[in-house]
Amino acid sequence: MASFTIKVNGTRHTVTVNPDTPLLWVLRDTLGLTGTKFGCGRAFCGVCTVHISGEATRSCVTSIESVDGKTITTIEGLSSDLSHPLQQAWIHEDVPQCGYCQSGQIMTAAALLAQKPKPSDDDIDAALAGNICRCGTYNRIRRAIHRAANEVQSIQKGGRR
Amino acid sequence: MTVPDSFTRREFIKVISAGSAGLILGVYCSPGKEQHENGESDPFAPNAFLSIDRQGNITITVARSEMGQGVRTSLSMIVAEELDADWTKVRVEQAPAHPDKYGGQNTGGSSSVRNSYMMLRKAGAAARAMLIAAAAQRWGVAPESCTTQNAAVYHTSTGKTLAYNELLEEASRVAVPSDPPLKDPNDFRIIGKRTPRVDTIEKVNGKALFGIDMKFPGMLFAAIARPPKFGAKVVKFDASKAKAGEGVRQVVQIEDGVAVIAESTWAAFKGRDALQIMWDDGPYARQSSDAIWKSFEDAAMKEGSVDRNDGDAKAAFGKAAKKIEAVYRAPFVAHVTMEPMNCVAHVQADRCEIWAPSQTPQDALGEVSSLLGLPNDKILLHVTLMGGGFGRRLETDYVIEAVKVSRVIGAPVKVVWSREDDMRHDFYRPATYNVIKAGLDNKGMPQAWMHRIVGASAHGLVVGGSRPPYDIPNVFIDSHTLETGVPIGAWRSVGYSQNAFIVESFMDELAHATGKDPVEYRRTLLTKSSRLRGVLDLAAQKAGWGKKLPAGHGLGVAIVQGFGTSVAQIAEVSVDRTSGQARVHRVVCALDCGPVINPDTIEAQVESAIVFGLSAALKDEITIENGGVVQGSFDTYDVLRINEMPAVEVHIVPSTDSMGGIGEPGVPPIAPAVCNAIFAATGKRIRRLPVRAEDLKTG
Repeated sequence: MASFTIKVNGTRHTVTVNPDTPLLWVLRDTLGLTGTKFGCGRAFCGVCTVHISGEATRSCVTSIESVDGKTITTIEGLSSDLSHPLQQAWIHEDVPQCGYCQSGQIMTAAALLAQKPKPSDDDIDAALAGNICRCGTYNRIRRAIHRAANEVQSIQKGGRR
Repeated sequence: MTVPDSFTRREFIKVISAGSAGLILGVYCSPGKEQHENGESDPFAPNAFLSIDRQGNITITVARSEMGQGVRTSLSMIVAEELDADWTKVRVEQAPAHPDKYGGQNTGGSSSVRNSYMMLRKAGAAARAMLIAAAAQRWGVAPESCTTQNAAVYHTSTGKTLAYNELLEEASRVAVPSDPPLKDPNDFRIIGKRTPRVDTIEKVNGKALFGIDMKFPGMLFAAIARPPKFGAKVVKFDASKAKAGEGVRQVVQIEDGVAVIAESTWAAFKGRDALQIMWDDGPYARQSSDAIWKSFEDAAMKEGSVDRNDGDAKAAFGKAAKKIEAVYRAPFVAHVTMEPMNCVAHVQADRCEIWAPSQTPQDALGEVSSLLGLPNDKILLHVTLMGGGFGRRLETDYVIEAVKVSRVIGAPVKVVWSREDDMRHDFYRPATYNVIKAGLDNKGMPQAWMHRIVGASAHGLVVGGSRPPYDIPNVFIDSHTLETGVPIGAWRSVGYSQNAFIVESFMDELAHATGKDPVEYRRTLLTKSSRLRGVLDLAAQKAGWGKKLPAGHGLGVAIVQGFGTSVAQIAEVSVDRTSGQARVHRVVCALDCGPVINPDTIEAQVESAIVFGLSAALKDEITIENGGVVQGSFDTYDVLRINEMPAVEVHIVPSTDSMGGIGEPGVPPIAPAVCNAIFAATGKRIRRLPVRAEDLKTG
């Protein structure tokens, strides 16, 4: 066991765990942040996606040791009040079905929008091909990302809905 | 809210006064019969509770499991409609397992809405009638002169209004109407309207709790080493390395494997990896896919048990002007829910509490009761949200083993399956081998249809949905079900999922063999099924059937009638003949499921069904080597991803006909629609799934 300090959703936490413990299990089992999901443990499915220093990262294959001192954002910290444009767009499009993969989808999309405020369909494909949804919400996810991007642009231009 | 144990089930609706908890008007209902696919009924129907508290909040208890199909929303909408509730004040609770209080809780067969529809309407209507009676009494007017809207009673001529929550005490003293008047569907304000799901917000802020998210004080975590070969048993094991792992508390054998108990999921997984276990070979040590297909092929030489025998198919085939024969194969496929199997159990001396993501809580309850020797009322089984079900969670294995582990260690425990555990210890859709023949008359129309199905173990899952929905006078279907050792279970749309591929692909073969248009050919053979004809025509019109397509593209059609719903799908596909990759560009789906509760849910379920079926059609096959499953995760069993997702259009036929299900019937047509489109694009007929690049490459 060893101690590691991470800043999660704005709060510093010091945890004492095995250095090889994936961040996913620290978030879920140690810190009780269960919005980040377990799907495969091998970075194939994307349900465990969080932001580490702003980058979409698969927390299931990221050891706690490798993120010591880093800043992490999970779905619980994306906004405190559902105000993130993607959350609003997700609600508007009523995207989730079972909902299990949606945290990962939203976190991946949020990192995409941070880099490309107006992503094309190809950009969305490239960014989200690693996030599996077995319920088949893909077309709604795509619509929601475009909606959020448009919303942000219209706010930035001072426009209204 | 508690319900008196002395509740008599014959009473249609009953008032519950919750005393100190606040005055609650509760409605309990039980009549009506739940009808299954086979026409049998449960002893009595599901129940719902609705209550209104002093603040005007309306709580509706939903007894079916939510796995993404939107059942918490649609069932609540039905009650709220007849109650004339303020939908914004409706809260939904999930019922725990109870052997009979809620009627059938089994969430499968696309049955939740259609089997509860009338009962839930009556529940809402009865409460509404009681609230009207209470208001009428207070005003000294006739109940018939009152109306309701948005959780209030109105007396139009005097302009008086009382909110429901102002009437609770009086309403609870009104005799419960046995046959309350139902609304005219033309007056519906909620049913039939696009309604956002009640659980969307918690699913976009990370707060939704699935089975795997449950955590309790003192709870431990477990991972179980399960047999690498079907039916293998533990001979001996060495746990010393596992026990040396940090955070590992205990290693125990349960009959099906060896469980590592730890302080975290990760410690349990690592401990499990460190176990050294000697397994015996079990009864299927040398089982393989090749051997299974060979055994199926051999069995197909002989006549099997007869499943359908209309007319005299053999004689009609013998004298047919044209004979067409083909062999079709459908593979084993896995469910692969995004949330792997898991369960929390806490067994104590005289009671047991369970949190299970289960589609079948009552079966689990009964099995736990037998296992522990505890009566049902000492077992509290909570149904959690589930990250996909697709039929996998109709099994109880993951619940039972958690209970076994908790019993041994005497502590609350969460058993979590890895993806590999989940994929290798599933209950798979049965693989089938099919010999299919048709005898055509001199106009090219089928007079004889003969289909022999050989599949793995479960008869119903192998044969279901194999009867062609067409006017064919002579039909003979027979089957063999062979024990392969591979566990078999219900996979979203069950028998239809593979049989529609076979039936609808073969129909396409017949149409092309006689130079007929596949839509027109089917249409001619649907004189007895106006609903199927209706969806076929609508899909063809919306898809632009017959119009010119881009070079290399093809359209394929398939229809299915199942779960009470008629569906037609038309897929547009192109194939890169160099790589052999098929690309599905667009799917147009027309369906007739009778009255619709939430159009948005219908569309979402059809989109979902298409993705689910498309994954299986294009990508998925479970193979067997050395008595176990080869695939373990998404590297060897990939599923459809966003970059492969076609555009999907859903067209719902307005209908007041009988209500059908929606969770499953969109799955079966997609595989044959895509394969028929591949044929249209390339001339290459796909007779085994999944579609393989090597089958489509030229040269």
